[in-house]
Formats: sequence, structure tokens, C-alpha cells
Amino acid sequence: MLATAAAAIALIFLQQAPAEDIDWDAEFGVEERERDPATGEFPVDPYEKSNANAGAEPFANGRLAAAFGGREGIRRIAERTVELSEADPRIAEIFVAHDTVRLKRTLSEQFCYLLGAGCDYTGRDMRATHDGLGIRTADLNALVENLQQAMREAGVPFAAQNRLLSKLAPMSGDVVER
Amino acid sequence: MRTPCVATGLMLAILSAQPAHADDLEWFEGGKLVLTNGVTTIEGTSGGGIATWATIAGLEMDNGVGVSGHATIIELPDYGWQSHGVAVGIANRVELSYARQNFDTRDVGTALGLGEGYVLNQDIFAAKLRLLGDVVYGDPLLPQVSLGVEYKRSLDGDVAAAVGAARAEGLDYTLSATKLFLSRSVLVNATARLTEANQNGLLGFGSAAGAGHSLQFEGSLGYQLSRRAVIGAEVRTKPDNLGLGEDDWFDLFAAYAVTDNITVTAAYVDLGSIATFEDQRGAFLSAQVAF
Repeated sequence: MLATAAAAIALIFLQQAPAEDIDWDAEFGVEERERDPATGEFPVDPYEKSNANAGAEPFANGRLAAAFGGREGIRRIAERTVELSEADPRIAEIFVAHDTVRLKRTLSEQFCYLLGAGCDYTGRDMRATHDGLGIRTADLNALVENLQQAMREAGVPFAAQNRLLSKLAPMSGDVVER
Repeated sequence: MRTPCVATGLMLAILSAQPAHADDLEWFEGGKLVLTNGVTTIEGTSGGGIATWATIAGLEMDNGVGVSGHATIIELPDYGWQSHGVAVGIANRVELSYARQNFDTRDVGTALGLGEGYVLNQDIFAAKLRLLGDVVYGDPLLPQVSLGVEYKRSLDGDVAAAVGAARAEGLDYTLSATKLFLSRSVLVNATARLTEANQNGLLGFGSAAGAGHSLQFEGSLGYQLSRRAVIGAEVRTKPDNLGLGEDDWFDLFAAYAVTDNITVTAAYVDLGSIATFEDQRGAFLSAQVAF
């Protein structure tokens, strides 16, 4: 036992230190991503933009949007939902490697479009955006609770909150992977 | 020297096995949206007050195990009801429950020749399996559907036999469909129950004259006032195997999730005629703790 440990320690010291001028990113093929200076978002692979990617038909008139404080109110609710989720120990891990600058914008667009507030949704579809995230229904519940808190803080009436959720809940099949 | 080596090896094995364990069941960690575990029925299953729903007890989702406990009292003009029990939910898929019902006949006990304050007792062991659908998610027109079986055992077989029941124990089968229509904040439940229970089984099962299982209906309508509050109404049809004028049941209920774990339910219930004593309308109070 002791001899093995001594041998291991000796091996560690016998190793040669690597040269100082090695570009490790190049060695391992790491590509550095840079945020767009104008939007603050990381670039994404090209895809076809369409409101159909929002995953549901919007409410026909803008009455509901007023209950959310219009476009500006909707944007704040979407951003707050993402912030609450990033700080939520149940689901924070899912957002660690995520471009939340872009997520806040696309989520806001999606809500705005679905609520009939006159935005276009420019993000990818729900299956593509959640692919590989390993999301469970319990994670979805945590996100719903954070969205509910954001809407509650914004003074959105409960029935109106449920109207938005009624557009989102049917998308669970494209989001939940396990 | 050998023991530490084995211990180290074991620790390494446990550590390296950790990733596989990460997907294992979580115990009592919660995860359901508030109120989507339902409250507890008089039979100990998850549902409304008198109607069994397709919901699964406990706060677990498909990655966990949940549990709930409840106590219920009903104050009626001539009778007093008390029931309590526990339920376990596994992966939001299977529900196993037990409830004990205690039905105090008070002064009626004397009139029926049972004796003052005679208490009818019953045990109910139940299992429920979620077959398909989700009460909240998925296709907005596809409800959560569950199949249930309840084994009921009256502890007063003599009384059951005296009033003309064929047996002191019996099986109920339920098929429930439950959906929360978010666009209207309305929860709808419909349950078909195959039963031969007389007054839920407290007066035994079937009749000596040959009455057996019949198909009965349970319906619930709820309106979500907030994340934590729901009000609604229920109806439950019942057979009249003994010819004692057994009535259908109705209730108006309000349920409130005081915390994510504690739900209290208050209801006005109309249980109709019980053992020939008419107009048994009164107050239903229930508390549920769930994890």
C-alpha cells in the first residue's frame, strides 16, 4: 500500500512540465464563441424563421395582451421568468450553458406573439430549442411556477395567467425528453 | 492493511456508480404543481371530496415517490363521520392507499336497535394506475385517465347481514378521466364506478335478494380562483341494493393549499337518506398533508 503510494508520487514528480507556449484551445479544437457586439447574443447556426416555430396559434385579439401590460410588460415577465429560473436550484443547471440573453429575447417574442400583442417569433421551434437538455416534467413544473411568480409580481389576473399557460402546456411533448 | 484497501475499493465503486444513481427515484422531494395531486376522498383515494379522480396522490412527478396523509370529518343532522388514511404515489403513475372510515350512528343507533352511539367501521385498501394523459400537459383535449380498484372491508358484518346485504366485503372498480382546461381555469372529472357497496360499504355489499355490481357515475367541476384555491361541485350516483331509499350524493367544495404541502377542504354535502333517516345535509372538513 505504502509502496504503491510512494511510486505514484514519484511518477507525478518525474513527469515533464509541458511547454509554456502551447495553444491548448487549438490542441483540443476549442472554438471561441464571441457575443455579437450589437445584440450581446452568441451566434447560432442558420435556420428558417417562422411564427409557426412559436408552437401555437396566437390569441385573435390583443385584449389579453393588455392584462400583461402590453409588449413592455410581456418582455419584463419573460426576462423575470428566466432570471428566477437561473436562480432556482431545481433547474438552474439547465440554464448554465445557455445563452440567456438570446433566451430572454426569444421567450419574450414567443409570449408576445402568442398573446396577440403583434410580435413575430424569430426563435427556433420547441423541439429544436429543447433538444438534448434532458428535461423532465418536474423541471417543466418548476419553470411554470417561476412564470406564475413573474406574472403574479406583474399583477396579471390569474385567469389571464392560465390563458397563456393554455398555449404553452400542450407543447410539453416537444420539451420533455425523459 | 487489507480492510482499508477493500474499503477504498468499495468507496471507489460507490463513487463511480453515482452517475447511474442520479436517475433513480427521488423520495418525498415534491415536484407536482400545487393542487394537481387533488385532495383526498372519503375512500382515501386522491380526487375531490366524494369523487375519485384520475390524479395520483403525493407530490412526486415521474422521477419520484410521494406520500400523503389525511383526516376528514362530516357533521350530519343524525350522524357523525370520521375518516383518515395514507396514500403513496409512485412516479405519478401508481397510487396505493388505505383509509379507515368510522361512522357514528349516535341516537339513530338506538332507533335501529344497534345501541346508542354504535359506530360502523370500514377499511379500504385501494390501488390506482394512471393509464395515459396528463391533467395539465399534452393535448388539451386528452384527459389524464386512471384505472382504480378498491377493496372494502366492513368491520360490522352482522349489521350488514341484518339489513339484507349479501357480503361484508367487496370490490369497487373505477375508471376516471380528469383534465384542467387552462384556457377556462376549469377542472373537469368524470368517473365510472362499478360497485355493489351499500352506503359506501358501511352497510355491506350487494343484497341477499341478489343485487350485485352496477355502474355508477361520479362527476366534479372545479374553478381555479388562484394557484392555491379552487371551488367546485360534485355529484355521485349510488345504487339502492337494500331498498332503503339510498340517495345520490352532492357537494359544493372549496379547497385551499395553505402551503405547498398542506391542503384544507371545506364542503357542504348532501348525502340524502341514510338508513331511512332523510335529509342528511351537513359540513365536510378535511385536511391533507402531502410530500
